[in-house]
Amino acid sequence: MSEAISRLKKDYLFNLALKGQREDGRGFDEVRDLIVETNVIDKAEGSAKVLLGDTQVLVGVKLQVGSPFADSADKGVIITSMELNPIASPNFEAGPPREKAIEMARVVDRGIRESGAIDLNKLCITEGVEVWIVFIDVHVLNDSGNLLDAASIGAIAALMTATVPGEREGRGDDVKLPICEMPVSLSFVDIGGELVIDATNNEESVSDLRLTIVTNQDGSICAMQKSGPGTLSEENFLRSVEKSREIGAQIRGEYLLNI
Amino acid sequence: MSDKPEKFIDENGLRLDGRRVDEIRPMTVEMGVLSRADGSCYLEWGNNKVLAAVYGPRELHPRRLQRPSEALVRYRYNMAAFSVEDRIRPGPSRRSTEISKVSGEAFEPVVMKQFYPGAVIDVFAEVLQADAGTRTAAINAATLALVDAGIPMKGLVASCAVGKVDGQLVLDLNKPEDNYGDADLPIAMTEDGEITLLQMDGNLTADEIAKGIEMARKGCEQIFAIQKEALLSKFGTTDEEELLKEAELQAEVATSEDETEDVEVVSEVVSEVALEDEDDELKDEVDEDLELQDEGEAFTDDEVEDTSDEAEDLFGEDVSEFEINEGTESEGDSSSEPEGAESDEDEGEKNE
Repeated sequence: MSEAISRLKKDYLFNLALKGQREDGRGFDEVRDLIVETNVIDKAEGSAKVLLGDTQVLVGVKLQVGSPFADSADKGVIITSMELNPIASPNFEAGPPREKAIEMARVVDRGIRESGAIDLNKLCITEGVEVWIVFIDVHVLNDSGNLLDAASIGAIAALMTATVPGEREGRGDDVKLPICEMPVSLSFVDIGGELVIDATNNEESVSDLRLTIVTNQDGSICAMQKSGPGTLSEENFLRSVEKSREIGAQIRGEYLLNI
Repeated sequence: MSDKPEKFIDENGLRLDGRRVDEIRPMTVEMGVLSRADGSCYLEWGNNKVLAAVYGPRELHPRRLQRPSEALVRYRYNMAAFSVEDRIRPGPSRRSTEISKVSGEAFEPVVMKQFYPGAVIDVFAEVLQADAGTRTAAINAATLALVDAGIPMKGLVASCAVGKVDGQLVLDLNKPEDNYGDADLPIAMTEDGEITLLQMDGNLTADEIAKGIEMARKGCEQIFAIQKEALLSKFGTTDEEELLKEAELQAEVATSEDETEDVEVVSEVVSEVALEDEDDELKDEVDEDLELQDEGEAFTDDEVEDTSDEAEDLFGEDVSEFEINEGTESEGDSSSEPEGAESDEDEGEKNE
């Protein structure tokens, strides 16, 4: 039954794509309405709620004192987790994160880590003994597609509003979390050979390929991930790189710079 | 950590291990090394030692995972606890879960899953010694293990990474380049250049990415040549007697087909005709299957021969540099060699 429905849905969406259209009337390069609210959870050191169309994601940042990794004794630690809670979609089940959630969490993490968004050197308390551990927890509330980009935007927005709780932990004064980059993640999915951005859950369900590209302020790329069993042509890939730079800059200017 | 080399590329354009920027590390492969597996391949690439095995197609349990119209391709990337400098906890980690997922997806486009509905094709890749680029090494080994298992495939998959050190793009990162370099871009592609795996971390400009893809393509071409030579040495035959036998067999099939046609023509009893028709339908189906299988296996015979000749033309001496293991050495010996395992922060659990 579900297979028959998905086949009909696939036909419908692929045919629309052939005509250059999408189910909600957007263009291929058009992002849904985006609302980023920050400081929505007082108990967290930083937080952000992202509404991307009907998709809702809440990201909380907590900091704790802990020990550093042996190979980076003078640097803070980032730990990113993401759970696909059953509240967010009829397709999600309770339980420990599975590969889909782990992959998304790791791509969000890669964007933050590799862009150098957090100045980890400043999060060292005593070299080799104590550093700040930054926990980024993504709480998915409603999956209407493109959780990955919503989570990435939420993560950097929450980090930008976060404080290092020095007083609470008895490690000096409260200071702002040192942020030096604003990475923006943009995901494309393949609909009948066309790559469209910010896919809805319907579009995701008929696509066999997702390409995520995370860009920095200077237009360089800090993380990428191809996901799904489909193949990607070099031409489509390089075109996506250009688009992600362009649209990433727009999203950064409109939603992140004023936080 | 102050082990970072001052320079990764010397004034002669050579890297720390003496390679040029567009050169891959020496790779040796040996197929059919595990007797219980349906297909297997042991691969050494630089200091990486990787073992891949394929089990299946076989029945998939639990049954709710079965797919009604195709086989499931399941890939498990696993690192041995002793494969890196600091022991890693055995068993799946978040890192290995992600790599398993994307590596399996790298094979989905080439494996002809439609032949085995409800079944599973299990690919197991074990990293015995890690030295930068283990996921790409595992993919290269897994391709050959799939062929060794006789899984019908549209073509091969090859994988290698491009990185950046000293502001320059380099192919197939070695350990120091991986640890202290500015970027890592692992890619897998099919023989016709479609990208089936793509990840990246670090920092690259759009131009560098475009150049990197081209570089990875050249690397993959070198790997395809190595893979094809391995296939040729295991499955290729130029024995005239065998070719003759094959020709005879084909002739026999042809004559038996004629006979069945005759029967159909002379038969006057209706029910018999009906039976005959049914038989023919069945036979047609079988023929179709055979044809499809022929397509799937074709590259192990004809195409491999052709393309590896081409490859030899293209790469000249380069190909002969990569020794193909002739299958005399036991794989177990080499995996237990205590060759300098180096610290492996990215391969390990740093990110967790």
